Amino acid sequence: MTMMKKLLTSAVASALMVGGAQAEITDNTVKIGYLADMSGTYRDLAGPNGLKALEMAIADFGGKVKGAKIEVVSADDRNSPDVASSTVRKWVENDNVDMVSGLVASSVTIAATKILEESNKLGLVNGSAASSITNEHCTPNHIHYVYDTYALSIGTPTAIVQEGGKSWFILTADYAFGHAMEADVTRVVESNGGEIVGSIRHPFPTDDFSSYILQAQASGADVIALANAGADTTNAITTAGEFGVTQAGQTIAGLVVFLSDVHALGTEVAQGLQLTTGWYWDMNDETREWSDRFMEETGARPTMVHAGIYSSAMQYFKAVEATGSDDSQTVRKWMMENPVNDMFAKNGIVREDGRMVHDMYLAQVKSPEDSTGEWDLYDIVRTIPADEAFRPLSESKCKLVNK
Amino acid sequence: MSMIFGVPFAVLSGQLLIGIINGAFYALLSLGLAVIFGLLKIINFAHGAMYMLGAMVTVIMFDALGVNYWVALFLAPLTVGVFGVVIEYFLLRRIAGQDHIYSLLLTFGVALLIQGVLTNIYGVSGLRYSMPDMFKGGMNLGFMFLPYYRAWVIVVALLVCFGTWFMIEKTKLGSYLRAGTEDSQLMQGFGINVPLLVSLTYGFGVMLAAFAGVLAAPIYSVTPVMGSNLLIVVFAVVVIGGMGSIGGAILTGIAMGVIEGLTKTYYPEAASAVIFLVMVVVLMFRPSGLFGKEA
Repeated sequence: MTMMKKLLTSAVASALMVGGAQAEITDNTVKIGYLADMSGTYRDLAGPNGLKALEMAIADFGGKVKGAKIEVVSADDRNSPDVASSTVRKWVENDNVDMVSGLVASSVTIAATKILEESNKLGLVNGSAASSITNEHCTPNHIHYVYDTYALSIGTPTAIVQEGGKSWFILTADYAFGHAMEADVTRVVESNGGEIVGSIRHPFPTDDFSSYILQAQASGADVIALANAGADTTNAITTAGEFGVTQAGQTIAGLVVFLSDVHALGTEVAQGLQLTTGWYWDMNDETREWSDRFMEETGARPTMVHAGIYSSAMQYFKAVEATGSDDSQTVRKWMMENPVNDMFAKNGIVREDGRMVHDMYLAQVKSPEDSTGEWDLYDIVRTIPADEAFRPLSESKCKLVNK
Repeated sequence: MSMIFGVPFAVLSGQLLIGIINGAFYALLSLGLAVIFGLLKIINFAHGAMYMLGAMVTVIMFDALGVNYWVALFLAPLTVGVFGVVIEYFLLRRIAGQDHIYSLLLTFGVALLIQGVLTNIYGVSGLRYSMPDMFKGGMNLGFMFLPYYRAWVIVVALLVCFGTWFMIEKTKLGSYLRAGTEDSQLMQGFGINVPLLVSLTYGFGVMLAAFAGVLAAPIYSVTPVMGSNLLIVVFAVVVIGGMGSIGGAILTGIAMGVIEGLTKTYYPEAASAVIFLVMVVVLMFRPSGLFGKEA
């Protein structure tokens, strides 16, 4: 009996599908899954506030697209690729999720986008760093939106070498992301005429950096670069401050630094630190206007990841509205043809490898005297044009790129 | 410059000193664990959370009430200690005498609860806490730059360790403690309030962890998860020293700090594993630990 029922239902369903070939928003709902680290190391750069940013986008779009309701589900990936895979699989198979946003730890993203490719849904990657996500791990089912290790290594190291920081000592988090970052930095430093005089691969995570800072100090290098992230970076910077590294004339280069990290450190400790960012809340009236609204919702200023989550969702809704479809390939094609022009990016282009290419910014942390409030943290020193910031397609290993 | 296995002597001396400083931290934390296990036979998995609470309370008291470092050095451990007594009274007491695994699971659950609640409120990026003014800067020892604060940490941590060891092993109060946990009924018979003694001992062990937390506040990033990283290492230190051995915990703590420091110099990739390697070797040859009395 139940077998019969199932057969009948699916027959009716397929008849309906054929009948309604134009109205292609499946089950008349656009369902979004928000997957991010909600409780661990990467919580503050995306986390619950990223979900708020996504909800802001839905509200700003009116809660509906082409008459179809927009719904959102969310989950904590606990920085585990296994959790990510099973969550995304459940979402696409049982819950009819059309698009997954958030996506923070690079390992999580690589696992999740594999499932999205199998099921032909769409992923908007906002938090991850690894540039391999649009290189060897590219799929036709995701877009990497905010930044990547390639762009970060172009920004800060180039500027510092050009300012005269020729010899470098690198502290690297001993796992895939750190190694990738170290390789990218080495390439950039050497091609600009600098030299790597030493490096240490420290365990991830590390609380006490005094021993490593001491070794970096003893190396006499002009620059101590931190190829790590999150608490490792803030701990290393705090310890460097304590051991008088900058007073002795060495420069600290943070390679992956988020607004939330600098806020935690404070300007007294972090002042003068150079970093690369995809976005900053206090750049112009548009960014400030959106950030004020974000702050009302969350009590904090947005990181570049929060802004990216909002912007990519808006762009996605526009695509669904324009094409009248929530089919991943239809939507992705529209997103490639229509540049992003909003508070996050000007003339941001989605390439065929899924990389959203936009201007990046070299920033410097303000001194306590120059900072007018707890979130007044960066001076934007230089704009890195989009075509310099990201890996050129000619060097791409992505299977989607025809060379 | 003279070299030792390819590392300049000056650099090596610096690393040794850093190792001793970190070792003093380990000693302080493992001491609390050893006191709690040695006297109460409780495997306190909430120890990392108590360390974290010590640091968090210091920062929160400063932000909310402007309580300075020196006052916090007493007030924060006291606050956390009282909290520990409450946990002992309402939770741990109910499973006294059961298998170790019960206290382990219970305290682990408590730790996760505390950590989860604080993460929800404060996030994980870390709270700011400025170095007290008098500790800013440092001295040049010739072979390294020693921040004043690290010098202070090593002195005060070793003093507290010694004081605790002395109190438990050499004073009358300590003998009550040891006797009360050995045969509580007999001690009750002598008119000593053993349950109170047990509560206070747990509170004291927890205070030691919180004290380490206050010391850590100016130099490490203060986050709700700071204790969970450290806990396992400190447990390994206690196992190497011999569960329950007070003096063993102190000496092993310092020794492990030094061994870790040397590993960070010669082969940093192994720095987080070396203590566990030592643990494996020690357990193979001395299953009760280096200073353990019972097998």
